[in-house]
Amino acid sequence: MSALNYSRAAASSGSWELWLAQLWTILRIELKKAIWMRRSVWIYLIAFGPAVVIGLHALNSPMGRYCTISEDTNILAVIFQLFYLRVGIFFGCMGLFTWLFRGDVMEKSLHYYFLSPVRREVLAIGKFLAGWLGSSIIFGSGVLLSFTLMYGHFGPAGSNFVFHGPGLGHLAAYLGVTVLACLGYGSVFLALSLVVKNPILPGAVVLLWETFHAVLPPLLQRFSVIFYLKQLCPVSVAPTGVIALFSVVAEPVAAWVAVAGLIVLSVAILACACLRIRRTEISYLAD
Amino acid sequence: MNEQNTILFEDVSKFYGEVLGVNRVNLSLPPGVTSLVGPNGSGKTTLMNLMTGLIKPTQGRISVRGIAPDDPEELFRHVGYCTQFDSFPKGVTGYGFINQFLRLRGLGKTQAHQLTLEALERTGMTGAAHRRVAGYSKGMRQRIRLAQAIAHHPTVLVLDEPLNGLDPMARAESIALFEALGKQGLHVIISSHVLHEVDKISDQVVLMSYGYVIAEGQIQGVRSEVKEHPMQILVRCAEPSLLASRLFSQDHVVEAKLNLDGRGVLVRTRDAEQFYLLLNRIVVEERIDLQAVAPADDDVNSVYQYLIGGGGGGTV
Repeated sequence: MSALNYSRAAASSGSWELWLAQLWTILRIELKKAIWMRRSVWIYLIAFGPAVVIGLHALNSPMGRYCTISEDTNILAVIFQLFYLRVGIFFGCMGLFTWLFRGDVMEKSLHYYFLSPVRREVLAIGKFLAGWLGSSIIFGSGVLLSFTLMYGHFGPAGSNFVFHGPGLGHLAAYLGVTVLACLGYGSVFLALSLVVKNPILPGAVVLLWETFHAVLPPLLQRFSVIFYLKQLCPVSVAPTGVIALFSVVAEPVAAWVAVAGLIVLSVAILACACLRIRRTEISYLAD
Repeated sequence: MNEQNTILFEDVSKFYGEVLGVNRVNLSLPPGVTSLVGPNGSGKTTLMNLMTGLIKPTQGRISVRGIAPDDPEELFRHVGYCTQFDSFPKGVTGYGFINQFLRLRGLGKTQAHQLTLEALERTGMTGAAHRRVAGYSKGMRQRIRLAQAIAHHPTVLVLDEPLNGLDPMARAESIALFEALGKQGLHVIISSHVLHEVDKISDQVVLMSYGYVIAEGQIQGVRSEVKEHPMQILVRCAEPSLLASRLFSQDHVVEAKLNLDGRGVLVRTRDAEQFYLLLNRIVVEERIDLQAVAPADDDVNSVYQYLIGGGGGGTV
């Protein structure tokens, strides 16, 4: 059977089968690029930077000599909510997801995808999944390492907290929120990269929106990724001083609503990206 | 003509902002080798990008064997496009480059492997298959892109300057490949600056200038339509002076020039058909020993120079 006939047969046997095969291929190609590209080094630095700081803290306070589990639990919550969610994952996703298409445009190789029998929507979703998986692996590993170091230096007490107390629940929640944050910010930045050439300015606008969403009317707050994420964090950050702006949720929703809300928001943004890519033309000269 | 078997452009225009890409193009390209000929900026690449959906027309309709270019899933099962972009995904080897895009078609591992090897062999790239493309010469990069374009056995092959950077041997092999594909009934659309090379294999030509199609069809047909430049016909015979004197008495013969070797006449005539009839009569009446009769300017290069102008020398 010739290749042509095979592809025809694959297509007629059901598009889903073909789309899944294509998604898998795109995922393999793009995941390798996302995780191993040299320009991703800074993303690793911001993902594992907190773990380095926590590691130094662990060395300075062996067996919890100068701190308590309760204090460190709060410190980890602050690091996660104020650094990981608002800085690390935000900028990491900005770098990673905007490069999914812009990278191909910059190296003038996007046309190879466009000249393949792949629906543009399948391409966008495949690239998004690769970015989502890549960012989740990178930031999930950073969070996991931070968590391990934070409680590891307490010895048996830390182990008891993790395996016989709320520790594992906290870890699952942190990892879950990390994955959801990558989903939310990833969809935003993928869509932005298809609309604008330089994501810096719109990225700054998104950052302002995410930072100050708490002062917006309740309805508008629901169009913010961080609105859903901070409600899912396992440990609340004390709303003192300026931190209140980042930690207070005026009208909280149930956890399942927050998860569903974030997924709906991300899918809606991704759908816009799919519509956009259908109209995308190859004009490298303009870039 | 059946739309399933042609590439159709109906009143197609493309503007890049205020800059004209192509304007009001109407074409119906049958299977075989079609050459797009024109100077830089004439719209050849725009036309190719339009038919493959890389860019959208500002107006008009395009159909490639009955498929709209905005349906890539269907279109690229049939179409292979070797673009002019000399760029590749980072870090890829020749084999990996072809193979990964075959896998993207939904092909299995074994089948993609076999087709990759076949494409590499057809383009003479087997030896360098596992080297990184970044280390290839320009000619090798050109060939690996050609291999990628033909790997899935397309029925429409679009080639933008496919001979650029190739050494004479590779050029000859590529031309032979295009000719063979054209004879198999494929649509082979080629743009090239090397007119005398595409001239040998083209079944039809499309001449473009400043975004407009100024002539299309079989080259002899296009040539005969260029009335302001009389046809040049070279007649090789034993008595050229006698023939020249007889020819001169006819209105449609505007010039008859004796060859320097004294063995032929170069005739310029406004009516080739009348000329051939007249020639037959003279040869019979005067018993002239006729050795060869051949048009001297019905090639792409001459037609290009008559219609568009340019420096000549076989390249644009």
